Amino acid sequence: MTINPDLQGRSYPAAEVYDVGREKIREFARAVKAAHPAHFEVDAARALGHSDLVAPPTFAIIVAQRADAQLIEDPESGIDFSRVVHADQRFVHHRPIVAGDRLVAELHVDGVRAMGGGAMITTRSEIFAVRGNEAGTEAGSEPGTGAREAVATTTSSILVRGQEQ
Amino acid sequence: MRPTLSELTVGQALGSRSIEVTRTDLVKYAGASGDFNPIHWNEAFATGVGLPGVIAHGMFTMGAAVQLVTDWAGDPAAVVDFQTRFTKPVPVADTTGDAAAGAVIEVSGAIGALDADAGTARVDLTVLSGGQKVLMKAQAVVRLA
Repeated sequence: MTINPDLQGRSYPAAEVYDVGREKIREFARAVKAAHPAHFEVDAARALGHSDLVAPPTFAIIVAQRADAQLIEDPESGIDFSRVVHADQRFVHHRPIVAGDRLVAELHVDGVRAMGGGAMITTRSEIFAVRGNEAGTEAGSEPGTGAREAVATTTSSILVRGQEQ
Repeated sequence: MRPTLSELTVGQALGSRSIEVTRTDLVKYAGASGDFNPIHWNEAFATGVGLPGVIAHGMFTMGAAVQLVTDWAGDPAAVVDFQTRFTKPVPVADTTGDAAAGAVIEVSGAIGALDADAGTARVDLTVLSGGQKVLMKAQAVVRLA
């Protein structure tokens, strides 16, 4: 199956809320071998002026890859996940992610380029913090329409290898 | 003591560190991140898709490499922009049952640029494993006083 060129310009609206918990920040920090006390001790984070534990610089990948999954699992995309290679990644932080944040991600497909028998796909996740149920987790509300604060913009390119690559 | 912008110069070295990686580390990263692609934990699957064996998540390498910057900056939140290209996979040998590393990632950093107006310093990271550059254009922009 080939990659659908019409994916370019497509967007997937903010879906489920991701609740950032202290133990998840600690677990992710240990997993990337981070030792800074601001990831582990609330007092250390507060001494630096943060309201709670601070997430490591690449923590937003959890939220971004959940958003990417909407595209990869979209039957219309033609993407075979077992042939996906991560080509590049960028995180721009508008403000730090801290424990207690409730995050949503809006996914944009910024580029689809044929490469050999495969394709390079560039996606961007706009990650926002929301309050309460403003992300629309309650029945009857529209996702992502409440007051929200820009937290991070992540961009990622994946190479989907063709059958001959 | 956190570094201040005025005392930095372009080209200044920020030190280096070696990160030992085992298959267990990759399983931990898979669990923490939610990235369960079997190329990062299943040898048969990895070789079946043409890889030399189980490889580290690119995001593991990226996330571990930036700790040099975080610790130097004194506040993880000072890293306002961080990007890289993944150029070579990092194969991680199976050392289950003994204490040896399955791979070693060597990270060093230097000041690549200073922007006094924005109040930021760009740190360029050199990230090697097995003598090869595994990340390219690994750059972290750090906001400093």
